[in-house]
Amino acid sequence: MAEAQLEMLDLGDLEAVIGLEVHVELATQSKLFCGCATTFGAPPNTQVCPVCLGLPGTLPVLNARAVEYAVKAGLALGCQITERSLFARKNYFYPDLPKAYQISQHERPLCRNGAVTITTPEGLRRIGIVRVHLEEEAGKLVHSGDSIIGSEATHVDYNRAGIPLIEIVTAPDLRSPEEARLFLEELRTILRYIGVSDVRMEEGSLRCDANISLRPKGSTALGTKTEVKNMNSFRAVVRALTYEAQRQAEVIRSGEAVRPETRAWDEARQVTVAMRAKEEADDYRYFTEPDLVPLVLTQERIEGWRAELPELPAARRERFVASYGLPEYDASVLTSSRLVADFFEAVAQEVGDAKLASNWVMGEVLRWAKTEGGEVVELPVSVQGLAELLGLLRQGVINQAAAKSVLEEMVASGRGAREIVAERGLEQISDRSELEALVDRVIAENPKPVEDIRAGQTKAIGFLMGQVMRLSQGKANPQQVRELLHERLGVGG
Amino acid sequence: MSQELRLTREDVERVARLAHLGLTDEEKEHLQRDLSLILEAFDRLREVLTEGVEPTTHLVPQESVLRPDTVRPSLPQGQVLANAPETRDGFFRVPRILEES
Ligand SMILES: [Zn+2]
Repeated sequence: MAEAQLEMLDLGDLEAVIGLEVHVELATQSKLFCGCATTFGAPPNTQVCPVCLGLPGTLPVLNARAVEYAVKAGLALGCQITERSLFARKNYFYPDLPKAYQISQHERPLCRNGAVTITTPEGLRRIGIVRVHLEEEAGKLVHSGDSIIGSEATHVDYNRAGIPLIEIVTAPDLRSPEEARLFLEELRTILRYIGVSDVRMEEGSLRCDANISLRPKGSTALGTKTEVKNMNSFRAVVRALTYEAQRQAEVIRSGEAVRPETRAWDEARQVTVAMRAKEEADDYRYFTEPDLVPLVLTQERIEGWRAELPELPAARRERFVASYGLPEYDASVLTSSRLVADFFEAVAQEVGDAKLASNWVMGEVLRWAKTEGGEVVELPVSVQGLAELLGLLRQGVINQAAAKSVLEEMVASGRGAREIVAERGLEQISDRSELEALVDRVIAENPKPVEDIRAGQTKAIGFLMGQVMRLSQGKANPQQVRELLHERLGVGG
Repeated sequence: MSQELRLTREDVERVARLAHLGLTDEEKEHLQRDLSLILEAFDRLREVLTEGVEPTTHLVPQESVLRPDTVRPSLPQGQVLANAPETRDGFFRVPRILEES
C-alpha cells in the first residue's frame, strides 16, 4: 500500500476512533521501590541493587515522591484520586523484567475519570482520561547484530528497571491522528508545568502506544482495533496513525475484516507491520502484590498536593486572553512553557504594557532562547534586562530598530540595555531643532519628490522619511520626522 | 474420573504455557484434578453473601509505609553480574529475543 499521505487523511464515510496509552517517567531522584539512582546515561548495570534485580528475600518500599508526583499528575488531569489504591503483579516473561513480573496497578488505580481539553480547528474537544496508575519501568534491551550467524545475543541493562512511571490511559475519544498529537502536546505541557517529569520523548521519558479502529461516521459502535507501538516522536504518532487508518480503510473497502493485532511502526519504511495476532487476549494473570499493603491517602494529603499545583496551562491561557487582552494564539504560545509564561508576566508587569511585552517575548526573546527537546530551557535575558530595554523603547529614547540590535548585543555580551545604548550613541534624536535641521536638508536636496508631494502625490513622503532616517543613522524619532515632514510640506494628517 | 471436572486438559496446558512450565502427561492429569478441586472449594466460598464487604487483599491490617526519595548506593557492577551465565561490556547477555512477526 502507498505511503501515508500525511497532509490529507480522507477516510470518506469512515471515521477513526483512537485511544492512547502514554507512559511517562517521573522525575524522582531514586527508583520506585529502592534507593537506586535514576540518572540517565550511566554505564550499564551500575544503578541496580538486590531489590530492583528481584533477588530472593528483598522487599519493595514505595517512594513517597513518586506517589506525590503521580497524584499531582492525576489532579492536573482532572482525575479523582483513589484513597485506598492497590498494587498488582503483572506477570510475563521477557528478559527486561528481572522478576518476571512488573509491579503495577490493576484494580483500584491511583487516579480515575479525568479529562483534558484540547483546542482543535473545529473547537474545544474533551478527551477523557480513564485512569492514571503507578508502575515500575522495565530494563533496557540492546539487540546486538554483531554477527548474523551463531553468536547473536540480546544485552540487558537494568539501570532503568524500577524507575517510576505513570501510565495514562485515555478514553477512545480522539478522532484523528492530528487530535492525538494535540492531546500529547497538551499532556506534555501540563506535566512539565507541574514539574513531575521532563517528558523527553528522545530519552524515552514519554512513550505512547495507540489503539485505533474505524467505523462509519455517525455510528457509536466500535470497530475492530489494532494496537500500534514503537512510535518515538509526536511526528511518528501522527504518521503511524495516518498510515494505520488508511490501511484499515483499504481492508474494510476491499470487503475484508480488520484483524485484531499489535502492529509496530517501522520508522525507516514509514509503515506499520503486524507483530502478533491477538488470538487470545493478553493474559498477565494479575494478582494483588503481596509485598505491598494498600496505599492509603487521606483527603487532607490529597488536598495539600492539589494546593501546591501551579496555575495550569489551560487556565493560564484563558487568563492571558481575558486580563491582558492577548489573542488566543499569542496566549497559547506564551503559555506553552511555564518558564516563558512566568517571564512574560514579570516583564509585562515591570513595563506596564502587556502587548509590547508579548510581542517582544514571542518574537525576539524566543528567537534567542535555548531549547532542548522542544522545550524552552533557558531565556536569553533577565526580566530586568528586557524590562529596561522596553522601557527605553516606550520612553522614545531608542526606536524599534535600535532596540532589536541592542537586544542582540545584550544576549551576546550579557551587558545592560542602557550601557549599550549610551556606548553606541543609539539614543533617538527627539530634539526638535536637530530634527528640523535634518528634515530641511533632505527637503533641500530632493526637489523632485518634494514637488511631487506638493502636487498631491503624498506617497513620496515615505522616500523622504527614509532619507532622514539614513542621514540620522537610524536614530531619528520616526514619529516626529513624519510630523515635521507633513508640517513643512503642508500635507495634512 | 467419573465426575465432570471444572478444568479441561486444554485449560491446564494454557496455564502451564503462561507460566513457562513443561508438564508430563501424568502431571497434567494430576493438576487437572487438583486445580479443579480447588476451584470447587472456591465455588462453595462464593455462596457466602459478601455484598457491602470490603474485599480482603492483605491479612495484615497495615497501610503502605513510604520511603523518602533519597538515593542510596547501588551494587558494584561486578557484583551485579557475578551470577550471570554470560555477560559482555557490563551487560547481561541472553539468547537473542526474536522479534515476533
Ligand atoms: Zn535498586
